[in-house]
Amino acid sequence: MSSPVSIRNFSIIAHIDHGKSTLADRMLERAGAVSEREMRAQVLDTMDLERERGITIKAQAVRLEHKAPDGERFVLNLIDTPGHVDFSYEVSRSLAACEGAVLLVDAAQGVEAQTLANAYLAIEAGLEVIPVINKIDLPAADPERVSEELASILGIDADEVIRVSAKTGEGIDELLNRIVRDVPPPTTDGGDLRALVFDSYYDSYRGVVCYVRVVDGTLAPGDSLLFSATAERHTASEVGFLTPLAVPVARLGPGEVGYLITGVKEIDRIRVGDTISHPGSARIQPLPGYAEPRPMVYSGLFPSDGEDFERLREALEKLRLNDASLVFEPETSRALGFGFRCGFLGLLHMEIVRERLEREYNLDLVATSPSVAYHVTTTDGSSFEIRSPQDLPDRGRIQFLEEPYVRAMIIAPSEYTGTIMELVQARRGTMDHMQYLSPERVELIYNLPLAEVVFDFFDQLKSRTRGYASLDYEPGEYRASDLVKVDVLLNGQSVDAFSAITHQDKAYQYGKQMVERLRRLIPRQLFDVPIQAAIGSRVIARETVKARRKDVIAKCYGGDVSRKRKLLERQKEGKRRMKMVGSVEVPQEAFISALRIDSET
Amino acid sequence: MQPDSVELAEAAAVWSGAYVHVPFCARVCPYCDFNVVAGRDDLQHRYESAVLAEIESEPAWRSLDSVAFGGGTPSRIPARSLAAIVLAIRQRFGLVEGAEVSLEANPEDWSEPLAESLIAGGFNRVSFGAQSFDPAVLVGLGRLHDPADIDNGVKSARQAGFGSVSLDLIFGTPGESMASWQRSVERALELEPDHLSLYALTVERGTALSRAIKGGAPAPDEDDQADKYETAQELLAAARYVRYEVSNFARAGHACRYNLLTWAQGEYLGFGPGAHGHRSASRYRNIHRLDAYLEAVEAGTRPEQGRDQLSSWEREQERLILGLRRAAGAVAGCAGEALLESEWGRRLLGAGVLGSFGGRIVVDKPLLGDDVARAVLALAPIDC
Ligand SMILES: Nc1nc2c(ncn2[C@@H]2O[C@H](COP(=O)(O)OP(=O)(O)OP(=O)(O)O)[C@@H](O)[C@H]2O)c(=O)[nH]1
Ligand code: SF4
Ligand SMILES: [Mg+2]
Repeated sequence: MSSPVSIRNFSIIAHIDHGKSTLADRMLERAGAVSEREMRAQVLDTMDLERERGITIKAQAVRLEHKAPDGERFVLNLIDTPGHVDFSYEVSRSLAACEGAVLLVDAAQGVEAQTLANAYLAIEAGLEVIPVINKIDLPAADPERVSEELASILGIDADEVIRVSAKTGEGIDELLNRIVRDVPPPTTDGGDLRALVFDSYYDSYRGVVCYVRVVDGTLAPGDSLLFSATAERHTASEVGFLTPLAVPVARLGPGEVGYLITGVKEIDRIRVGDTISHPGSARIQPLPGYAEPRPMVYSGLFPSDGEDFERLREALEKLRLNDASLVFEPETSRALGFGFRCGFLGLLHMEIVRERLEREYNLDLVATSPSVAYHVTTTDGSSFEIRSPQDLPDRGRIQFLEEPYVRAMIIAPSEYTGTIMELVQARRGTMDHMQYLSPERVELIYNLPLAEVVFDFFDQLKSRTRGYASLDYEPGEYRASDLVKVDVLLNGQSVDAFSAITHQDKAYQYGKQMVERLRRLIPRQLFDVPIQAAIGSRVIARETVKARRKDVIAKCYGGDVSRKRKLLERQKEGKRRMKMVGSVEVPQEAFISALRIDSET
Repeated sequence: MQPDSVELAEAAAVWSGAYVHVPFCARVCPYCDFNVVAGRDDLQHRYESAVLAEIESEPAWRSLDSVAFGGGTPSRIPARSLAAIVLAIRQRFGLVEGAEVSLEANPEDWSEPLAESLIAGGFNRVSFGAQSFDPAVLVGLGRLHDPADIDNGVKSARQAGFGSVSLDLIFGTPGESMASWQRSVERALELEPDHLSLYALTVERGTALSRAIKGGAPAPDEDDQADKYETAQELLAAARYVRYEVSNFARAGHACRYNLLTWAQGEYLGFGPGAHGHRSASRYRNIHRLDAYLEAVEAGTRPEQGRDQLSSWEREQERLILGLRRAAGAVAGCAGEALLESEWGRRLLGAGVLGSFGGRIVVDKPLLGDDVARAVLALAPIDC
């Protein structure tokens, strides 16, 4: 157990890819926490997907030791956080366990949207923010300009900004010394145990492992513990810290960050944000927790092979053990059969979940168009939320519909202001305000329908600003909108998987795009197949897949009957991967491709 | 008898045949995925000996109704080799009275003396690989003859005494216009052949054509081919040719026996590299590669590469699939009844692809025949 005065707890926060995990690597190296043999780039990114994509998805806590120039020894608890907007709740959680935050900015990119968003989170949480410019080794680095930007945002002096290279290690010692100097040591009221559960994960051998920050008192194996939110009692079986390997210790004292194992196997029984105390003590005042992360987008996930439904359920349940933000409920589609309506934090989260399901659980999935949650008020005055176009009541029964808006922050070179305004207007956005971060960089704040942001808004923004703009957003309010449901009909029969709720002005575009894609994706059949997009009974777009005219092997050479048979057998297998929609055969591929959001606009 | 008559179609089931594969070609046409060799004419002598040896070692069988030489290009090996093989077959198995002895020939190889030697060697039917009468299309197909070679070939074959002369045409080559195709059919009809085979150009895997298309060359178009098929069908019907199978048309009495036998699930022997045979519910094939085939035969072994022994259900499916290629259709039987009751079969009936009457099933839209075949293969096995 370390004395609180020698402890420093901090998170590393930044825009995506500005070098948080690489900086953590260098700090671990300096502290000798990881042997050379174990060292690899972004050592804290342990999930396969994190390593492949080169991004951090889940925050990671790690403890290291630092010797100050005067020889004094400190314990540093570092939390590496993800930069992507989908996972910003991980940042909030991490900040609650710290007294300081290292705010990292790429010396070539400058301040970007998540730099600001995360800086505000840290300031609001009352943390000491240490401004750092990273990647000063890059030829394109412009530390002068970036220091100015940072200084003006944080209201500090430009020469307070530390310059480092997480690649070469330059400036790391100075940074560590600054952390020790400026980040306040944790304080305690000296009373009995209060600890915050700031994260948890599931380990198949050990059950639920909680990341805890002890605020007051001590936490030791054998302690009986009361979890205030769930009012459950569990016994601590092991406590320790991560180096990044788990090292058990006899106790965790005030100000320390570590892990706790209680033998609980069900992740739902531990609430992240909960306060732990000793039962019977007078410490009933819980620590401030967090709001549960709310899903932003919903999509139906269906197994290509109906037989896999149960396997999909098991896989989702397992993923949820480590990802409390993933929500799902059974859904039935006429076209796709049995599956689940799943809620995600954003499209990246959705993509990651889907990839993990397919890869780690060997499932072949069809995902329906992502949708946001709408609020419906019916003519009889009742209101409810729908997460799927299928759940929308008949038009005659709807009094009005509301859709979620977000507050979006865009940072870009000022020359792109006009371009961005155009894009945002086309997406039904309204400007809240704009402000110059420097003469060259501007911050634009908009209110935008979430549905317009989650689809390819970010890609469009990037391509129209040559990659220079960055985007962050946070949930806003629900507002009434002119929304309609567009149905897609094959041979007169509506295909639920292709239905979407869109703004009235976008309905035609959606309908036209879907029927055109489907015309290319649906093979010719024995009869003409009309493909229509309709709002209610009004057809807004139409295409036809002409009847197939030729499907026969011309010649059966030399009496090679076996070969012909084998060829036909293979083709027949292809047929098996078709779904019958009424009398129309639709290849599995068509569902995947037609519903792909990024293919074209 | 009319080529599409039910009696003829069914009679062929008990015929016996032999197929001789001649793999030699002047060069490999870009669309061809047959078992061929180009530039290996030096092996022709060994080839002849091997085929003769294979025939010798084949156990005695019934007299044959049909002997077919296919390829490759049978007309590329000397007439005396062809005659020697026919003789060996005749001596080993015997030929029935009026048996069909047929070969495929390329027009550029043909000559009056060759025609006469072949007649002397026992041939009575020839099928010319005419493909088109449009020089540009012939070039596109990589063919080496010009339209005049076809005219000369047909004339000299007739003069020499061939009782049945057939022309093969290919339609739907990218770049071939409808007018060009129509002209090819009319030119073919002017020659008054007894039989015509019309094949849609098909892109087979691994061919030069398929590589060219992957590299951006135009591909054959389904609608264009369907249009051309229909146009040809009208022209041929007006000239009194009867369609008796998807791709085959003939005048009365000139349906190809070897074809009829194949679609009636009849039995035949196969000789030569990659040749196929069908006997006692078993389909077998010879070693594909010419050199390996030659070595096997020369070593005194049977050059068989593999065989598929068919279960009774598989035979029943096959009977229906093959039979339905014919205009005469097939007896419904156990698989046919199941087909008509299946969901897929009902869809085909509804779309007018299948028809059924008097215990028989016919495919009314021959261009969609493979969908019917797949539907038959998709049937769950029945104990018939
Ligand atoms: N040249 C140079 N490259 C760096 C430096 N620091 C990080 N990088 C590179 O920048 C990229 C992103 O680094 P990460 O450490 O994964 O960034 P991150 O901020 O953790 O990213 P997320 O977790 O996805 O938000 C990697 O390719 C690093 O190698 C640096 O100081 N100099
Ligand atoms: S001549 Fe016939 S067998 Fe020979 S390569 Fe050409 S198409 Fe193939
Ligand atoms: Mg990272």
